Parts: sequence; C-alpha cells; structure tokens
Amino acid sequence: MSTEYWRSLEPSLPTPDHGPDEVDGSTRREILRRMAASLSLAGLVGCTKQPTETIVPYVRPPEEAVPGTVLYFATAVTSAGPAQGVLVESHEGRPTKVEGNPDHPASLGATDVISQASVLSLYDPDRLQSIRGPQGNATWADFEIVLNRLMDAHTADGGGRVRILSRTVYSPTLGAQMHTLLTRLPNARWIQYDSAGPHSERAGSQLAFGQYLNSYYNLDAAQVIVALDSDFLACGPASTRYAHDFAARRRVRGSQTGMNRLYSVEASMTSTGGKADNRWPLRPSQIESFAEELAAALGVSGAAPGAPSGIDARALASIVADIRQSREHSVVIPGESASPRVHALAHAINTVIAAPVVYTAPIEAHPQDQIGALRTLTDEMNGGHVGLLFIVGGNPVYDAAADLDFAAAMQKVAQRIYMTEHNNETAVYSTWLVPESHSLETWSDTRAFDGTVSIVQPLIAPLYESRSAHELLAAMMGESLTAYQIVRAYWTSQKPSDDFEQWWRKSVHDGLVAGSALPAVTAPAIRTIPARATSQTSGLQIQFRPDPYILDGRFANNGWLQELPRPMTKLTWDNAALLSPRTATQLGLRNHQVAEIEHRGRKVEAAVWVAPGQADDTVVLNLGFGRTRAGRTGTGAGFDAGKLRFSDTMWHASGITLRNTGREYPLATTQMHHSMEGRDIVISEPVGTYISNSDFVHERTKEPGPRLTLYKPWDYTGYAWGMAIDQTACVNCNACVIACQAENNIPVVGKDQVLAQRYMHWLRVDTYFKGSSDNPSAHYQPLPCMQCENAPCELVCPTQATNHSRDGLNDMVYNRCVGTRYCSNNCPYKVRRFNFLLYSDWQTPTLKMQRNPDVTVRSRGVMEKCTYCVQRIREAEIRARRENRSIRDGEVVTACAQVCPTQSIIFGNINDRQSKVAQTKGEKLNYSLLAELNTRPRTTYLAELRNPNPEIPA
Amino acid sequence: MRGVILTVVLLIAGTFWAITGVSGSGYVTMQGVPREQPVPFSHEHHVGGLGIDCRYCHTTVEFAANANIPATKICMNCHSEMWAASPTLAPVRESWRTGQSIVWTRVHDLPGFVYFNHSIHVQKGIGCASCHGRVDTMPLMWQNAPLTMSWCLDCHRHPEEHVRPRDQVFNMSWKPDGSQQELGKRLVKEYGIESLTSCSTCHR
Repeated sequence: MSTEYWRSLEPSLPTPDHGPDEVDGSTRREILRRMAASLSLAGLVGCTKQPTETIVPYVRPPEEAVPGTVLYFATAVTSAGPAQGVLVESHEGRPTKVEGNPDHPASLGATDVISQASVLSLYDPDRLQSIRGPQGNATWADFEIVLNRLMDAHTADGGGRVRILSRTVYSPTLGAQMHTLLTRLPNARWIQYDSAGPHSERAGSQLAFGQYLNSYYNLDAAQVIVALDSDFLACGPASTRYAHDFAARRRVRGSQTGMNRLYSVEASMTSTGGKADNRWPLRPSQIESFAEELAAALGVSGAAPGAPSGIDARALASIVADIRQSREHSVVIPGESASPRVHALAHAINTVIAAPVVYTAPIEAHPQDQIGALRTLTDEMNGGHVGLLFIVGGNPVYDAAADLDFAAAMQKVAQRIYMTEHNNETAVYSTWLVPESHSLETWSDTRAFDGTVSIVQPLIAPLYESRSAHELLAAMMGESLTAYQIVRAYWTSQKPSDDFEQWWRKSVHDGLVAGSALPAVTAPAIRTIPARATSQTSGLQIQFRPDPYILDGRFANNGWLQELPRPMTKLTWDNAALLSPRTATQLGLRNHQVAEIEHRGRKVEAAVWVAPGQADDTVVLNLGFGRTRAGRTGTGAGFDAGKLRFSDTMWHASGITLRNTGREYPLATTQMHHSMEGRDIVISEPVGTYISNSDFVHERTKEPGPRLTLYKPWDYTGYAWGMAIDQTACVNCNACVIACQAENNIPVVGKDQVLAQRYMHWLRVDTYFKGSSDNPSAHYQPLPCMQCENAPCELVCPTQATNHSRDGLNDMVYNRCVGTRYCSNNCPYKVRRFNFLLYSDWQTPTLKMQRNPDVTVRSRGVMEKCTYCVQRIREAEIRARRENRSIRDGEVVTACAQVCPTQSIIFGNINDRQSKVAQTKGEKLNYSLLAELNTRPRTTYLAELRNPNPEIPA
Repeated sequence: MRGVILTVVLLIAGTFWAITGVSGSGYVTMQGVPREQPVPFSHEHHVGGLGIDCRYCHTTVEFAANANIPATKICMNCHSEMWAASPTLAPVRESWRTGQSIVWTRVHDLPGFVYFNHSIHVQKGIGCASCHGRVDTMPLMWQNAPLTMSWCLDCHRHPEEHVRPRDQVFNMSWKPDGSQQELGKRLVKEYGIESLTSCSTCHR
C-alpha cells in the first residue's frame, strides 16, 4: 500500500533485529549458554528473601503532610525567562512533577517542555555543590568576609570599577535590589545579557516607538495570523497561552466549521510553520523583504517594497485581501530571529490594521540594549577599567558573541565572582564560584508575559550549599538576609496595608498576584522606520535559532531535553547544519556528512541534516550545543553555533561558505524509527472537504464490523477509559512526551541507544510530510499506546505479563515480564519499549529523589509501555469509591492530556455518553489508526483539517 | 534407562515441590516471626490491655494508602506523663529531644511493585484483624498472613468470606453473629464491593 504522506527524505530503517548485540563483549551464543545455566536455577528466585526494611516516621508531623499522599504547591518556573505559573507535586517534601496552574495566564493549566523538565534540572547531580574560592572549597562565611572587604575597597569611588552582569531580570524584587545597590554605588554598572534574546524584540520596539514596550497578542481574537519567522506556538514565554488560544479558534465540531488561518514565512520549518495553512520558505533577507511588501500593500506610511521577497504577487494580494477582510481580527507576529526592522514593520502593520495586540510597560525590571551593553563591558574589561566583576547566572564565556572574546576580557579583571548552577565554561575563568539555587529551592518573584506577578516559593530546601541571587545582592550590600525576608520585605513596601498577611498568603497560595498584569498602554505613533541597510542578499546565509528545548545551552545537561526529538527533524543529542534538499545537492552534501562553516574567518564544523521545507541557500544552526563543560550529560553534544555569532549578526549573516570535510558524524534522529510501513496513518484535508462531505473520513477508512473476532468480546460494566487525539489542534510542542517521561519514570538512554532505535518514550509525536520536499505540508500525530480491544500484544505473551484490565487497558505487569519481546513484535503501532540494558539510574541519589513513587522503576530485560497513567486512574477510582460516587468527567487525566496546551489530547470514560471524550469520539472526523487490522484501538484520532487560502495555489 | 528417566522426573518434580513449599513458608515470607524493635512496643498492652483504638496512632488509615507509623509526638502525648522515666522508653525521649526519628523495623513489607491502599479496604469493610491478625495479643508485632499474591487473590475473588460491617472494622474480636457467607453476600452488595483482579489493580 502506498501513501502520499512521508516521514523522511531517508528510507525508513528496518525494524531492528530484536536480539541483543554484543553486551559487555559477549556474543549472542555465550549469552545463550549463560542463560541456560541461569534458567535452570530460575525457580529458586522465588526463595529470595526480601531484605529487612525500616520505617522512619516523623518526630513532629508537619501540617497536612500524610505519608504517601501528594501535596501541590503553586509557584512559577523562571529558568527560561518570564514566568510560567505551575503547580508542583510534592511527595513528602520531594518535588517530582510539574503541572500547569489553571489560574495563571501563561499556563491555563498546561505547561511547556521546559517547565516539565525543570524538575530534572533541580536534581542534576552535576550541579555546583559548594562555594569555591581561590584556595578551593570555602564556606559562605569565608565568602562574606572576602566580599565585604572587596566591596569596602570599591566604595570610595562609588563602585566605578564594579560591574554586575546578570541574565535578563524579570523579578521585581531583584530589580529593586539592583537599583538600591546602584544608588549606593552610583558609578557601578549593571549589564544584562541573554544570548537568546529577546534582542530583536527590544530593538524593534525602539525603532517603532522610540521606547521599550512589551507587546503580546490576543490570539483568541485573531482570525488571520501572519508569522514572520516566528515559532510562537512552541517557543517563547507566552507560547503555551498562544497555542491554547490558537487551537481554540480552529476546533471544528459538528456544524461548527469556523477556522482561523495561519500564514507563515520562515527559513527553516518550525512547529508553527508546519502548522501553517499557507507557508513559504524564505531566506532571512527575503523575510525582511516580505515584511516590507506586506507593510507597503497594507498602506503603512513610508513603507516601500525593496528587494523582492520571491513570493508571488498574486499570493501576496490574497494575503492582503484576507487581512483587510478580517482587519482588527488579523495580526502579524515577528519572531526573535527576524531583524529589528521586521519587528518594527510588524508593529506598524499591526497599528494600521488595529490588530489585537496589547502594549504594556516592559515586564523586564530594566530593559537595555543587551548586546551594546555587553560590548561596552568587554571594552571596559579589556581597557582595565573593571576591578570587580559579578556574574549572576548566565554563561557568557560560552554564549557571548564570538567577536567579544569574553573569556580573554574577563581575565583582565582582578576579582571575578560568579554565581552559577554549574561548574561550566565561565566558571573556569572565575576567582570565586557561588552555587546558585534552583527556582524550586528558593523564594523569589517574577513576571509573566503580560506582567502578572508570581511569588516563587521553594518546594525543597537547597540540596547543596547554594544561595539565590537575592541573597548574593543582599550580601554585596553587607546585609545577611534570607531570600524569604528580602522578597517579603519588598512586597511589604509595595502593598502597605493592614491585611498584608492575608494578601501574601493568598498570592503565594494562588501562584499569582491577583490583578497584577500590567495595564495596557496606548502605543505612541509609529516612527519612520529607517530604510534597510544595504546588506548582501546573495550567496549562502546562516540563521541561528535558540534550540527549542535547551535554548541557549542553559539546559544542555538535562537528559530529558537532550533526548527529546526536535519537532521537525526528530534529532536527539545534537544540533545539525540544516540545509534544503536543493542546496545540499548543489553543495554535494548528504545527511551525516560534516561540513565546515566559515563566517568572517571563523570556522565551525557541523554535521549536515537535509530538512524538508527549508529555504534554499540558507544554513540553520541551533544554539546551545557544543558545550565543553556542561556536565556528564551535555558536554560534547552537538556543535557550537555561538562561535559564528558576531555581536552585529546575532541571528543571521550573509556571505558564509560551506565546505565538505569528507568526514561523517552519526546524527541520532528518530524520524525513521517505528515506521508503520507506508500505510495511511494521517488523514488531513482542507476544511472545505469536510464542509462539502462530512463523511469523508469514514469513506476512507475501513472499520471492520463489530462482531468480526474469534474472541469473546469484553464486557465493560464500569468505566471504559479512552482517548481521542485532535490532530488539528496538535502543534508539536512535545510537552506531552516530557510530561509522560516525568510521570512514568521513563529513563534516558543516550545517543548510542537512540541510534540503535532503543529510545524509551512511551509517547511519541510523529511528524509526517506531504507534497514536494521543497515546501511540504507537515502533519503531527501524538502516538501513545492504543489500548486495543483486540490487542495483538496480549495474545502472544507467554507469561501473561500483559493483560486486558476490566476497564479496557492493556495492563503491563513488569514483574511478570521475562523479556521475550513477542508483544512488541506483534504490535502494529510500535508503542512498546524494551529495557535492553539497565537504563534507569539506580545509583545516583538525587535522581532517585525525582522518581514518582506511584510507578515502578523498571529494570533490565523488561518491556514497558503507556497504560494511560493507570496510577492516576486507580488513585481517582479509590478516592471515588471511598466517597461512594463515580469518577467525574475530567477528574482523572493522563499526564499528556493534562500538559497539552491545545487540549488536543482528550481522556475520559467512554462509557459515559456525556463525557468529553465520548462526545469527541462521536465526531465524524474520528477514526482509528490501521482500523483494517481490527485491533479496535481505544485511542482514536480526529482527522486534521486545514484552512489554506483557496486563492493561493498549494 | 526407564529408571534413569523416572529418577530425573522425580528429581525435577521434587525440586519444584520443595521450592514451592519453601517460598510459601514463613522462612521466606516472615509470616509468624516476631520482629525486634528499637522500643519493644507491645500492641498486646496498648490495644488489648488499655483498649486504645487503632486510629489513635495509625491516623491516616481511613483516607490514605499508608496506615502511617505514628510520629514520636503521638508516643509523647502520653509518655511525657506516664512512664516518663522508663529506661525502655529512652529511645522515644531521645527522638523527641533530638528531632531524630525512631527507626522501626518494617514488619509488613510488600514488594516495591505492589501498590496496596489501606483506605479502600477499610472503607469496604475489611477488618484490621482480617490481615494483621489479633494484634491485641501480640507483645511484639509479627506478620500474621503470608502476604503472598495468592493470599491477596483469595480474598479479592471471594470478598464475601471476609467482609464485615464497617463499624466493626477496628474491632479486634469481632465474630459474625450467624453465617459469614450470608452476611458477607449482603455486605458485598450493600458496599458495592467488586471482585477486582485486573493486574493494574495492584501493579503499576
């Protein structure tokens, strides 16, 4: 059978031979011989006595703590910048899992990948664990003495030789502390730097309005969206909210057929671009041209088309007509990697069409031109004008623009005090290292994309001798205060009222300060946007992008994020030089070949990956890789794009050359794994097809009759759990995969094992393409276990380790499994995962603290799979039975459904006709994967609908 | 030749018989073995003698999976006044003073892949004594039942043989007035007890 959908430009890999390769240097035959000996003794295993265990009760039990029962605490994840409000699950004081905070505007109950993975960063065994001074390990008291002496020495000249470099500060308290410090040391300077920005956004706001303004979009009011190199659905501080609002306007149910429309122009296909109804691959320079053309056509004063973008004039006219028709329900969204001019043009267009954009005062405590400020700082350091440098977080030696040579400049400073979570690249050049507390370990506060304030509360006492930035700043001012005292004191000064205690308790409890979103302001008139600087537009161009998961490299040592397949390429553990198929052919480069990229005399080698839908003559390289001191997980993964970044070309550059080195480098991508052998899996049609014939899905699929089975049908008297997945809503953010990993104790296997097709994710998001490889459409399909009624896996298990439960799950009993892997061989959906080796870390104490105690940690030789988070189902069932009632719809959700920002995964009891899942499954778009096999899956899909502009040829 | 085969068959059968016997015995399951504890706490004295209810110490048994082991605080509620100088209770006072927990030896220890929940069993009318035995006669605690999977399943398949009225759950000496079968069948219906034997009921 053939299909018009394809997954990769490479042929699918054959299903791997399910036998062990050489393990520990033993051949298959030797292993069999040893197995024979152990089999004969297998019966004796039953005689093993359990070792004696102990029970350690509390001395004075804390309030509300019940052993074995979870508590949730509201806080905010701040590690990626602005806040995402979360509820953190705590098991006897151990944070184990992050969930979204339904009340928080950036979450609405869902989270992104980074919030999910933040709990693993907390338990990272490679974190810096103690204070280090020039003489080795030191104590905080030692450090305070030195710090006081240094600060005293620098007070006389008002801190003229003191510089503080931090990440972008969104914390009102930390911002206030900085200002207090700068009042005391008026000649000191505070520089902020985040290599992943938002630089263009700030500069764009300056260009358009002459001031820094924060802007965000009300996508629940947007009918037409134009994304200019923007991955707004999957990256950025508001992406979870945007994805939610975006999907809400394209939910086709019954006779409701209204859908918003997304246009996208971008250099390399992102999750957002893949979701677009009409998309054009454009080079970075062409994107700016497109913005000019669009602005001119929409009547932005002073805008004139420059060099042609390459988009057909009729297509442009259709977009313009579409925008004009929807007017104040249209919006243009520029991405960070687009130039500041594109941002300014987008502001101008949005003003002309009265787009649903909200402008507020900046959410940053102190916005500044970060690249300029960093350049000034390195100049000062090189000139010997800095005597005391504080680096509070960040990793400038790794991620400062390459031409600034931060490491060399830093060494010209006498005292370099660095607060950091890791002993990383910058730590090498520092005189003092102070461990920084993780955001789950300390009190703080922060703002979300709309300015909403969250009080960050700790879930656990610091694991190591770490301090927060608040405490370091207090120490710099000679005060010995805890983060709690500092944050509370700040808010006492902000909210001086009699019922402060009540206000504080409510704010901490709710995870946000009620009504603290910044008020909307009227944006000033758009200034004249300067003409484009003449820049080279021919030849090869390069674009840098923050990695969607490890961002600028700050999460490089997080195994969950390293091993999570990138949305479009499905690459794990590496970045790659992405090239379009045509450009790769022209340059004579193939996948896995190592190319040398040269830009202004600097060279970086990177493996090549040919990406469908990429703009020609454009190399795209993700940031965050090629770390030399990330830790045992992240060191050495991928290629350091930062070495090619200059302070004037932070996001893209022209005139690069690419040379084939002739060497090969294995890239571990999961795109070719678990192929369903060319069968029709995805169904995607324009919404027009549905409107003219709502039965098109059922006409296409072959659902066998209900009685077509040799086995006795199952009888479900109670609950029957089921899932429906709306492919129209899925934006390929992959939060579900990490949520599943965190909830179900799924191990990280490493690059070698991914190459051997042995990654362990129970849930994967398959990406399919349709059309030519130059500009295909992309289709996303989250794929958990189907929980088949006629499950092929159950019939072949020789030990009955996989069984049908009374409510229709395909239970997996790890302690019965002997690892024949017959079940996996017989599974047509390829959702079973086998522990070929001991993948779970049974040794590292901190990693054990992360585990969910309600799920068994699997050992070597055991098959595992998705069970719809059965631990949650049973927990809810017991609670309901105790209260003599039925489980309410929505009371129990799987980890993947809970985290999904677009609610594309719907879970519930299909025996309840009123449940959301039962009603969704009743939609005419509902279909089963591989229905013709008569497996009768419990997980079904809604066919994807798109809303391409009918006037634009595909 | 026939003799050899017979011997081998008997040997294998004998081995399996022996293994089955040993693995179900108290030697492996620790059934009936009184366990030493840092403080020789006597349920016989506290429950049988003084008549303290199970829930005075095991406070969470009605609403949580764990029937918690009492915190030192609970011991000290009484023992700050009674037997306040007893040398036997020195570890309790030590714990109270230092904040260090008493480390008890676990008596009922299910394997890590078994997820047992006390609250639902209590709610459905399974008496403490049904599994833990006559705790009020135990000077030192021992495990009364084998706690093997077949033992669990015996009751999950035939709950009517063990279920009792809810208000008698914590009564150590409860006996059915008439026939347990008759009462059990009525209570199974009344309490909505289902015979749950799906693997994921206990294994996750």
